Amino acid sequence: MRFRETIKTFLLWELVKGMLASFRHIFRPRVTLNYPYEKGPLSPRFRGEHALRRYPNGEERCIACKLCEAVCPALAITIEAEPRDDGSRRTTRYDIDMTKCIYCGLCQEACPVDAIVEGPNFEFATETREELVYTKDKLLANGDRWEAQIAQSLQADAPYR
Amino acid sequence: MPKLIIDGKEIEVMPGLTIIQACEQAGIEVPRFCYHERLSVAGNCRMCLVEVEKSPKPVASCVMPVSEGMVVKTQTDTIKKARRGVMEFLLINHPLDCPICDQGGECDLQDQAMAYGFDRSRYEENKRAVQDKNFGPLIKTSMNRCIHCTRCIRFSTEIAGVPDIGAVGRGEKMEITTYVEKAVASELSGNLIDICPVGALTSKPYAFAARPWELKKTHSIDVMDAVGSHIRVDTRGAKVLRILPRIHEDINEEWLADKSRFACDGLARQRLDRPYIRKDGRLVPTTWAEALAHTAQAIKKAQPTNMAAIAGDMADVEAMFALKELWVSLGSNNFDCRQNGSLLGAGGRATYLLNTTINNLEKADVCLLIGTNPRWEAPLINARLRKAYVQNGLKVFVIGPKIDLTYPAEYLGESPTILNEITQGTHPLSTLLQQAKKPVLILGENVTSRSDGMEIHQTSMLIAEKFGFIKADWNGFNVLHRAASRVGGLDIGFIPSEQGKSTRQILAAAKSGQLSLLYLLGADELDLQDVNNCFIIYQGHHGDIGAHRADVVLPGAAYTEKDATYVNTEGRIQQTRMATLPPGEAKEDWRIIRALSELVGKTLSFSNRHQLQQMISKKHAVFQQKNIVAVQGWVMGSGRVGNITPAPLKDAVVNYYMTDPISRASETMAACTAAFVQPNQQENKAHG
Repeated sequence: MRFRETIKTFLLWELVKGMLASFRHIFRPRVTLNYPYEKGPLSPRFRGEHALRRYPNGEERCIACKLCEAVCPALAITIEAEPRDDGSRRTTRYDIDMTKCIYCGLCQEACPVDAIVEGPNFEFATETREELVYTKDKLLANGDRWEAQIAQSLQADAPYR
Repeated sequence: MPKLIIDGKEIEVMPGLTIIQACEQAGIEVPRFCYHERLSVAGNCRMCLVEVEKSPKPVASCVMPVSEGMVVKTQTDTIKKARRGVMEFLLINHPLDCPICDQGGECDLQDQAMAYGFDRSRYEENKRAVQDKNFGPLIKTSMNRCIHCTRCIRFSTEIAGVPDIGAVGRGEKMEITTYVEKAVASELSGNLIDICPVGALTSKPYAFAARPWELKKTHSIDVMDAVGSHIRVDTRGAKVLRILPRIHEDINEEWLADKSRFACDGLARQRLDRPYIRKDGRLVPTTWAEALAHTAQAIKKAQPTNMAAIAGDMADVEAMFALKELWVSLGSNNFDCRQNGSLLGAGGRATYLLNTTINNLEKADVCLLIGTNPRWEAPLINARLRKAYVQNGLKVFVIGPKIDLTYPAEYLGESPTILNEITQGTHPLSTLLQQAKKPVLILGENVTSRSDGMEIHQTSMLIAEKFGFIKADWNGFNVLHRAASRVGGLDIGFIPSEQGKSTRQILAAAKSGQLSLLYLLGADELDLQDVNNCFIIYQGHHGDIGAHRADVVLPGAAYTEKDATYVNTEGRIQQTRMATLPPGEAKEDWRIIRALSELVGKTLSFSNRHQLQQMISKKHAVFQQKNIVAVQGWVMGSGRVGNITPAPLKDAVVNYYMTDPISRASETMAACTAAFVQPNQQENKAHG
């Protein structure tokens, strides 16, 4: 046993084995992505950056029921509401502190009108913490920007809900 | 007493009770919507079905009286199925808008649907749509949500005595309405919101403001009137969002007057949140150090005989006590807690309290109201009188202006000289009073601010003594106070001694320029127009009449922002609790006076609230027992009939919705004034 090990050491067998492994992988498909230019597929249940959605007629969906605020385990959501001029119940403030958020998705589970959703966007790193406190305007703008993908994801996931 | 078995538990109850009451005594929960223990029984929601042995069908437990040997079952499969069925029927026409409904989270229908309901919907048809009604500036309606329990109708007819609400149509077409479009003109209308088991009647000022689970709840005491109702202050952050009643059978039962409930938005407006000093005729913001130094300098400069202090209607006992101690140590006797100029309080405690107690007013059989309108001065006491009228036919007689008390009352006239006639036995009422078993008289505190006020007070006491109002177990002599601070102030003796000046004398001196310093502890109802040559210090929480005229403004705390003692009109010592912090730099009132005493060089001998309260109860024994009404011994009066002038008695409250700095700052109360008070005034003018 001792003798075989010594021979292997002298013939650099481990190195040859390693080189063989590398050589074999030349003929296999790549698993890495050239990230900023290439992106992997996302599940319709992916929980990324939050967005507030609108109805097709442009009316915001959120009715200030505050269920997301109540369910949020990280206490990241702050909502204030008052009657709008037409008497309907709407938020005057809808803030999400993205630095607190743990992306559990309970807010979108709780939402009775599919207003708050976690969209497919995961590239929202910022230079300062302040930028990560999302206001209602920012969330609505997110909604407008990602509506097509969000609607698609919701539809794809609908049969399982 | 019938014995019955409920869910295998044997229980003996009073005869005449219904099954639901027996279940409650046995500690068994029966779901219900229309049944309410303080209202008549309607029996229309069918949620309280229970099974009774030998009865072929489930019975509604709220209408079924108990009988001997009854065997009741509340948890059988039949009952569970029946409840599910009733719940399904109730939800047929109930919109599923819990997310936008203000009742969400504290809704009986929601809770009971979760606990007893069927777990899915089988109803595909369209729901009923009902037009929303206008119930005025306090109550928001959403009539789609109504389940026709008729609690609101029963409350307004039975408790509030304002039969404005009723139902039209039947079955699915039934609608709760005020018949002609009008606001519910009752000072108890806010209770409709509490009593509604669903979200059909909700609070308009609180609309969409918050959810019940995000509120911090503080149990406190109300100070908008002298009843001292138990309240729950709901806050979020630094804002008081709403005030709800707490159950206290001896004071407010479970009701609350509208001003107490809705004036809380005034706590956020027109607040004094930093000290001010008058410089060149204008109040300019300053620091505490400067304001206190300025004040101390003025106090040091003034002669003790030329300085005076007046406490307002919302001052707490601690602050008044501290101010009195400071004034006494300075050698001044000029302080008064009766800013309306009354001279009440010189005699024993029984001469200025509501001796009968609020709860016992229910038992009275004859009531004489002297110069008081309890409906505006203490709506919950009026509700008790109405209860006494409904339950045992209380006969009410009024000396004073004609008012609608929500129950029948006989008007004897507006002149207080009628009291003399009653005493002499020449008035027809005298014989009735003689025959009465439990007579009460209620003297409005405001009457004693007349120039002959103390004579009226004396004569009222004489009537009480002469006509058997005062017995071993009954004291029918009552003074109805309007100010929450008054009884407390009288109890600690915040009134001038022989040499001191009373409010009237203080004001007269101030107007003639003799007074050099006036300390107003939240006193806002004074006429300070012609006061000249007088340094005025205002300590309080709102920028109201007092602060406008002041030379120094020291910002204090309102009743939701301090742990303070108040004594209600019965003489019950109660504590408010701090729900939020005072705004800005404002401080609790006794702390300000304590800090000032140090600068004046007469440091008061307490340095925390505990020491202060200890001192108060040491000096004034009544403060040793909190939250109860001690029986007051009656000291017979002189028997002398005073010289009463025939000038008519006047209303103490012109506008119920605006009587103090908080309610004057409130937008909701302004809306109520516009809706309820101004139209009446215009009408009176048009007719007059």
